[in-house]
Amino acid sequence: MTGWTLDQMAARAATDIANGAFVNLGIGLPERVADHVPVGREFILHSENGILGMGPRPAVDDEDMELINAGKKPVTLIAGGAFFHHADSFAMIRGGHIDVCILGAFEVSSGGDIANWSTGNDGVPAVGGAMDLAAGARSVRVLTTHTTKNGKPKLLPRLTLPATGLRVVDRVYTNLAVLEPAGDHFQVLDLAPGIAMEEIVAKTGATVIDGRPA
Amino acid sequence: MINKIARDVEEAMEGIADGSTVLIGGFGEAGNPTELVHALIDQGARDLVVVNNNAGNGEIGLARLIQAGRVRKLICSFPRSSHSHVFDDLYRVGGIELELVPQGTLAERIRAGGAGIPAFFTPTAAGTDLAAGKEVRMFGEREHVMETAIQGDIALIKAEAADRWGNLIYRKAARNFGPVMASAAKKTIAQVRRIMPLGELDPETIVTPSIFIQNVVAIPNPVSERDSLPALGRGVAA
Repeated sequence: MTGWTLDQMAARAATDIANGAFVNLGIGLPERVADHVPVGREFILHSENGILGMGPRPAVDDEDMELINAGKKPVTLIAGGAFFHHADSFAMIRGGHIDVCILGAFEVSSGGDIANWSTGNDGVPAVGGAMDLAAGARSVRVLTTHTTKNGKPKLLPRLTLPATGLRVVDRVYTNLAVLEPAGDHFQVLDLAPGIAMEEIVAKTGATVIDGRPA
Repeated sequence: MINKIARDVEEAMEGIADGSTVLIGGFGEAGNPTELVHALIDQGARDLVVVNNNAGNGEIGLARLIQAGRVRKLICSFPRSSHSHVFDDLYRVGGIELELVPQGTLAERIRAGGAGIPAFFTPTAAGTDLAAGKEVRMFGEREHVMETAIQGDIALIKAEAADRWGNLIYRKAARNFGPVMASAAKKTIAQVRRIMPLGELDPETIVTPSIFIQNVVAIPNPVSERDSLPALGRGVAA
């Protein structure tokens, strides 16, 4: 087994979040970051529909459809939690009060552009809060597999899909590496166990440079 | 004596005109004023512009209003869901107009509508397809997009409790769009589980003050959208 599993990716992303941070987790894979908070650290999770202090999924018998997350799944409220309306919730996002958001992505460019809302096909378009998070969170990080299901690179010199935000991504966590968009290339900060730089070069559409500490 | 409590949903719906812009609260299955939307269907207004975060679930509430052919245009942020087949099918054949708006921009456009601010600049969506055709200005070396306010002729929202003046409290994350929509419509109708005697709601906890509310309807046991979904054979909510 080489590379990180989905849970290991989430855990790797969680280790980079500071104690006391206000964190927004995107729908899907990023939600797993909540399961991997390092011992001794406390994050306050924000949910765009109006929750600070969001807790884990409840037991089935305790589900309350008036207490759901952005993905519309039942959640809980932890001690210290609060509810607020949608305009306040997005004031937190747009106003730069959210320290970290972790988003999924279809594509990320070496310049820090992200595409995660439209596949450019004829389907019904949907954007939700992705563009607000991309524009407003103090640090935008991406958690995604390094390539698509068909093996195509997701990390590219330029986006091919419609952008969610431009020059906003600080860091990308994949199943193979941790990378930083650095303009005309991605800088590799960390490699998953058993992964060599050659594999990252082969599976990344943009130039990559080994930036790991010697 | 001021008494905004309507006898029933029919009374609350009187006078809603064809072509109205209707703000409908709710996010996913939380905070949807399903009984009010059904009353709007019975009332018969057509050619509506509806503002809601989503595009309806299953075949009740907003989905049923769309299915009944009453909605000309939907302004929303996230129409796609595992239960949005009514909207999806109509949209694919060009039977309904869609204005897609980033969620925070949607909330702020409604807030601005209620606050007397005709337009504002936001960094959200700058440089993307959703900013196409909109005025752009630089503030602090960053591109911002001009967005205009949304005002409703009617707002339909759901809250937990009200008094006869129309003060409202909400429950958990069902609050979502309720307070901003209440402020942004000429007439806001709230359905609530409980009516409290005037003075019984703690003034420190009232979220929507009475000034934003025109009608209140008591619906003690509102329908659960989730409970209605498995019956449609489309699985559980995503």
